[in-house]
Amino acid sequence: MITRFLWQGMGPSLRAAVLFVLAIGIILPLLNQLMPAGSTFYVPAWVLQLIGKYLCFASLALAVDLVWGFCGILTLGHAAFFALGGYCMGMYLMRQIGSRGQYGNPLLPDFMVFLNYKELPWFWHGFDQFWFAAIMIVLVPSLLALALGWFAFRSRVTGVYLSIITQAMTFALMLAFFRNDMGLGGNNGMTDFKDILGFSVQSDATRATLCFASALVLAIFLVISAAVVGSRFGKALTAVRDAESRMRFLGYRVEGYKLFVFVLSAAMAGVAGALYVPQVGIINPSEFSPGNSIEAVLWVAVGGRGTLIGPIIGAFAVNFGKTYLTGALPEVWLFALGALFIAVTLFLPKGIVGLWAQVRKARAPA
Amino acid sequence: MFFLRLLAGVSSALAAVVIAATAWAADLQTLVTNLTTGSFGDRETAIGALAASGDARAAPILEALGAGQLYLRKADNVVVIGKPDGNQLALTEAVSGKPAGTGSEAELDRVRVNNRLRGVIEAAVGSLTLMSPDARVRRGAADSLFKRPDPAALGALDAAIAAEKDARIKTAFQEARAAVVLVSDAPKQDKLAALDVVRDKGNRDALSVLQAAINSASDPEIKAAATAAAASVRQSLAAWEAAQNVWYGISLGSVLLLAAIGLAITFGTMGVINMAHGEMVMLGAYTTFVVQDIIRTSFPHLFDASLVIALPLAFVVAGVVGIAIERGIIRFLYGRPLDTLLATWGLSLVLQQAVRSIFGPSNREVGAPAFMSGAFQLGQLTITYGRLWIVVFSLLVFATLILVLRKTPLGLYMRAVTQNRPMASAMGIRTPRVDALTFGLGSGIAGLAGVALSQIDNVSPNLGQGYIIDSFMVVVFGGVGNLFGTLVGATALGIVNKFLEPYAGAVLGKILVLVFIILFIQRRPRGLFALKGRAVE
Repeated sequence: MITRFLWQGMGPSLRAAVLFVLAIGIILPLLNQLMPAGSTFYVPAWVLQLIGKYLCFASLALAVDLVWGFCGILTLGHAAFFALGGYCMGMYLMRQIGSRGQYGNPLLPDFMVFLNYKELPWFWHGFDQFWFAAIMIVLVPSLLALALGWFAFRSRVTGVYLSIITQAMTFALMLAFFRNDMGLGGNNGMTDFKDILGFSVQSDATRATLCFASALVLAIFLVISAAVVGSRFGKALTAVRDAESRMRFLGYRVEGYKLFVFVLSAAMAGVAGALYVPQVGIINPSEFSPGNSIEAVLWVAVGGRGTLIGPIIGAFAVNFGKTYLTGALPEVWLFALGALFIAVTLFLPKGIVGLWAQVRKARAPA
Repeated sequence: MFFLRLLAGVSSALAAVVIAATAWAADLQTLVTNLTTGSFGDRETAIGALAASGDARAAPILEALGAGQLYLRKADNVVVIGKPDGNQLALTEAVSGKPAGTGSEAELDRVRVNNRLRGVIEAAVGSLTLMSPDARVRRGAADSLFKRPDPAALGALDAAIAAEKDARIKTAFQEARAAVVLVSDAPKQDKLAALDVVRDKGNRDALSVLQAAINSASDPEIKAAATAAAASVRQSLAAWEAAQNVWYGISLGSVLLLAAIGLAITFGTMGVINMAHGEMVMLGAYTTFVVQDIIRTSFPHLFDASLVIALPLAFVVAGVVGIAIERGIIRFLYGRPLDTLLATWGLSLVLQQAVRSIFGPSNREVGAPAFMSGAFQLGQLTITYGRLWIVVFSLLVFATLILVLRKTPLGLYMRAVTQNRPMASAMGIRTPRVDALTFGLGSGIAGLAGVALSQIDNVSPNLGQGYIIDSFMVVVFGGVGNLFGTLVGATALGIVNKFLEPYAGAVLGKILVLVFIILFIQRRPRGLFALKGRAVE
């Protein structure tokens, strides 16, 4: 009944988007599994991996859009939540390696043996259980967002100041995770994963399942975001974006609205990061670098902020361009990325989705 | 009883006379030969005897021994000193000092020494060189005697003190003498006086001398006095260390100030978030590199002036690029700070990649002119000239900027536009022009910062990125739109950073500072020195 309620709350284009994402997540893995390797319709595993990665990025973009597009909080630190979720998953995957590591220590991951750890640090306990890791994947980013947001929104840090604070946060986390004595792998991060839930991370079937899971998660996030944005709460959120002071004078507790959406968004980013790590097979501190967060903001800007479909289109478009250009013309990629930032802000303030609307509007009177 | 004591005294005096007489009688030849024979223990005695001979020729021989350059020629058993000369060794006879041709290692036996002997040799050379005509050698001798006090050198020291004319070296001799007295069996009164002298020296060497005195003292009074002296030395050492940290902090603060002051103009007074600010710094640094490159190839005699030449060029290069950015991008985005942030971030990527394509991704070498290299001592502070000049330079830039803002028409227009744009426009000020010039000024100052930073940081395409977050922190911490806030913010953050480093390590210290600023902004969202106003947003 709830699903039906949610379904009816969404517009037709949004329903189509959810169905499309699910279709990608079902059809591509099935083609990979069922078709023989020589067939025209066979989808190789690396494509699944790539699409799975893009789907995770799209989830991250959706999370950024929720706070930026709908609440006006330009976060330059969302990749930190993404990476924290990734690290939680990485810790679970490290514990699954068991005694198959280079040093064969049944309890300690390789890097700890290498760094002369005698016993498991306290925060590693429990990560051998998937359910515990799953809770942490949501909890750790949420708690960080709660702490930061509670401090920042309560003292009315807004606009550019908030952006700089979030950027400083991810920068500080990056420096912290680069330290070897954090007990989280230092600058090498974590890699060499073997199993997830008992299945090998290298096998095609696991890849296909992970790709499907990423699509499913993105679809669920779309539905949740649509529910939040479409509700009375969502209207208030948009009002906070457009006229924060007026909302305050009208008696709304602006902090509460911002905090809720910020924490929700951080949790979404964390889950996206957790799905990302087993697909790329590594997590290291460079995921925290401020550039990553800003790139995520660019995906939203390119696709169209303040819409739910925009960030997904943007994430796919920019990352496809990145994959292509870094392979074909690596020199050009940073020029293209930089030019994209400038062009989008100057000429496409509403992104690709907005362009479509602009063109339709231009045609209508004619 | 009395008789027996007398007898013992007489016999020991006799023994001393006999030993002295033997030493006197033994000529340099025997003494040197003794160096090369026997066990390490025997050699130690021989070194002592050689030092006691007071012969002027003994010092180079002992120095050669310490450096492992003393050899026994296999053919005729003559002791020679061999200095490396190409593949061969240039030989001189140790005793006569005559040149003895060249030889290879195979024809010679090196006279071996161990670490303990090296210490003994150093002390012996120290006492021998006390009377050297070269003031620096005498100074060095006093220092090495202070570090390795040798009771045998007491007589030589007393003679040297009497003969010394340079007051500073005399003090050094007296300090060395005090250290020697402490290890000798001098009477208690002398030792207590010596403790005072060593305490007044007050550096790390003095502390280790005092520590040795505490460990070896049998008399409780001396022990107590030495402990008290050591405590006072520790206290003064801690004070100097704090002073050194403050200096490092000021030095770091001046770098932050340089990097942030341009930002304080563009962000603070114009409200424009320029994420490409760090790249303006980088452009300034690369301008310095290009200037030095041209000077190296074409005008090598101008090298010491390279930074002075680079300063105006860097200002112009970064300033022109800044004006181009303002005219080309930022003016379309006024009132949309978040979009400005994204566009200028994109611009910073383009500029970095452009520099990477032109100059390559690796670090570029920028040399230091003569007046910026070297260091001097202030008490126990070590101050490098490079850092000192950067501190001076940053203050000069700051003062100039204040003057420009307060005393020039451009500054007046800038302040007017900042305070009330429509009113300024109504008064006939061309606000777009002022905007462009303000942005150019802020960027140009970033270029100046680049010239200074090229001296202490790697000149690479990523140079600017490392400073952008810190610069924003300084501006936000100090208070937006207030240049004095930027000065105080930069200095405070620099000093806090350097004081945290010893306890928390460099990285953790930086993290703590970031966390501190994040918390600080909660308390005072507008910074330390907020502009007072009634604006809601």
